[in-house]
Amino acid sequence: MTRYLARRALTALVSVWLASVVVFGAVLAVPGDPAALILGMNAAPEALAAMRTQLGLDVPPPERYVRWLGGVLIGDLGESLQYQRPVARLVWDRLGVSVPLAVGAALLATLLAVPVGIFTALRRGSLWDPLVVLASQLGAAIPSFWLALLLILAFAVQLGWLPSGGFPGWDVSVVGSLRALLLPLLALALGQAAVMVRLTRAAMLDVLAQDFVRTARAKGLSPLKVVGKHALRNALVTLVTVFGLALTNVFIGSIVIEQVFSLPGLGRLALTAIGNRDYPLLQGVILLYASTIVLLSFLVDVSYGWLDPRIRYA
Amino acid sequence: MRRRLPLNLTLGLSLVGLVLVAAVVSFVWLPHDPNRLDFAAQFSGPSAANWFGTDHFGRDLFSRVLVGARATLYVGVIAVGIALSLGSLVGALAGWFGGWIDELLMRLVDVLYAFPALLMALLLAAVYHPGTLTAMTAIGLATVPIFARLTRASVLSLRERDYVEAGRALGATDARLLRAHVLPGALSPIVVQASLSLAVAVLAEAALSFLGLGTPPDVPSWGNMLREAQGSMVISPWAALAPGLAILVTVLGWSLLGDGLRDVLDPTTRG
Repeated sequence: MTRYLARRALTALVSVWLASVVVFGAVLAVPGDPAALILGMNAAPEALAAMRTQLGLDVPPPERYVRWLGGVLIGDLGESLQYQRPVARLVWDRLGVSVPLAVGAALLATLLAVPVGIFTALRRGSLWDPLVVLASQLGAAIPSFWLALLLILAFAVQLGWLPSGGFPGWDVSVVGSLRALLLPLLALALGQAAVMVRLTRAAMLDVLAQDFVRTARAKGLSPLKVVGKHALRNALVTLVTVFGLALTNVFIGSIVIEQVFSLPGLGRLALTAIGNRDYPLLQGVILLYASTIVLLSFLVDVSYGWLDPRIRYA
Repeated sequence: MRRRLPLNLTLGLSLVGLVLVAAVVSFVWLPHDPNRLDFAAQFSGPSAANWFGTDHFGRDLFSRVLVGARATLYVGVIAVGIALSLGSLVGALAGWFGGWIDELLMRLVDVLYAFPALLMALLLAAVYHPGTLTAMTAIGLATVPIFARLTRASVLSLRERDYVEAGRALGATDARLLRAHVLPGALSPIVVQASLSLAVAVLAEAALSFLGLGTPPDVPSWGNMLREAQGSMVISPWAALAPGLAILVTVLGWSLLGDGLRDVLDPTTRG
């Protein structure tokens, strides 16, 4: 297990490092002079020179990269041009919206999808099966931001139960913040759940067709024990992947949903950074997104090895 | 006896066909000029004159939905085309040559996994101008890993087959073996994946246009229409309904078509 872990950790580290090269290199590829792009065509030469120094453009790119990476490793992502504050601080403040949103949506999607997926796998051939499959096809095809608009229309505009956007902040009102996150959470989770229902159903069908399940049934075990003790445990590897995938999807999907609901999260921070050509801020946020995706896929792989010993020796 | 096509294939073909017809028709016939402003007809619901109603500028929503089909197909097909050609090439080389070439290529592909379409688009939009080209490139690059992995897996299993060995013994070059004997065998999973990836690409294009990072605001696209509709949703929900349904139909069409193709080309995986 240690060797498996070490090998997997190494490839994850290489991926994060390469991602940092991509993120840094992208800004190098900006056509023209970034300082002039930020300050405009009519900026004074002194202001341009000061901006170049602030962006580190007076230092050769390799040296700039090493300095930037060195900073990243100790949690210093540089200073935002627009906010004049450390990028790490800005990012940290926004995590209070983005993390609960992503984790909440992934959990909700799992709680909805896994029982339905198992149920339809057990009822294969009944009327439920094609109905649920069809519903999940439809659900997976609905754009989350459109669903968000429909939810706003129903629950905020028509019924007036929940706010249509904005976020009061956890320190101002916990209940208000939870209410503000409810519709975004639903918009993210429902589509994701639809995808997960199909994956769970397929994983369960796979396991239910195996010999050891037939043996368990033949021994006269109750259906609950067959499913709970034998089938589910073996389908767990797939379910963990499904959860990891869901977390990645909703984390990225929240970029759009935050925009729909005007939530002050990481995604909106990235969008304002693009609008203002705030390169240090954008580099920081995108590197954080990319590293989180690599980390999640690493954790999924590690839990594979832990759940199913055959994988780690393969 | 004629074999019946699976239901999902028929349904998928019909839905994708519908979108294709809409895009083609939009070039030869439109009920109204999709960009003509008519403030007297603002926010009207569906009627005989405006089948899907009008938006906040009084523009005809049906005409705009028809024209929007072009952007969706255009961006989706080119993005998946980029992913398919680049991904299959990288995957085929990695699987065929193995060793350090495989390791190097697949590590590079792994990096792309860390940048899903939306993230890649944010990065490209900051560097270049946000627009159709950056959206296509972003969606295309983000989809490369799927095709690379798929092709690599197929090539790995196919290169050990007897007929490939025979070709090699007869003195065929690597390029010829790959082109004539290995890649045709790897084709069907790639075709299935292309259809499924088109569903994802359509969603991504709509999301990027919705964020203002895709199709330019002056060109009617379904994502653009939804962004504009959000501001006036309280007064008139119609403007948000039609483009959303259009996206839904297109995504559903490509994914059903993909599932259907899989059932036909690889019956062992039928669910």
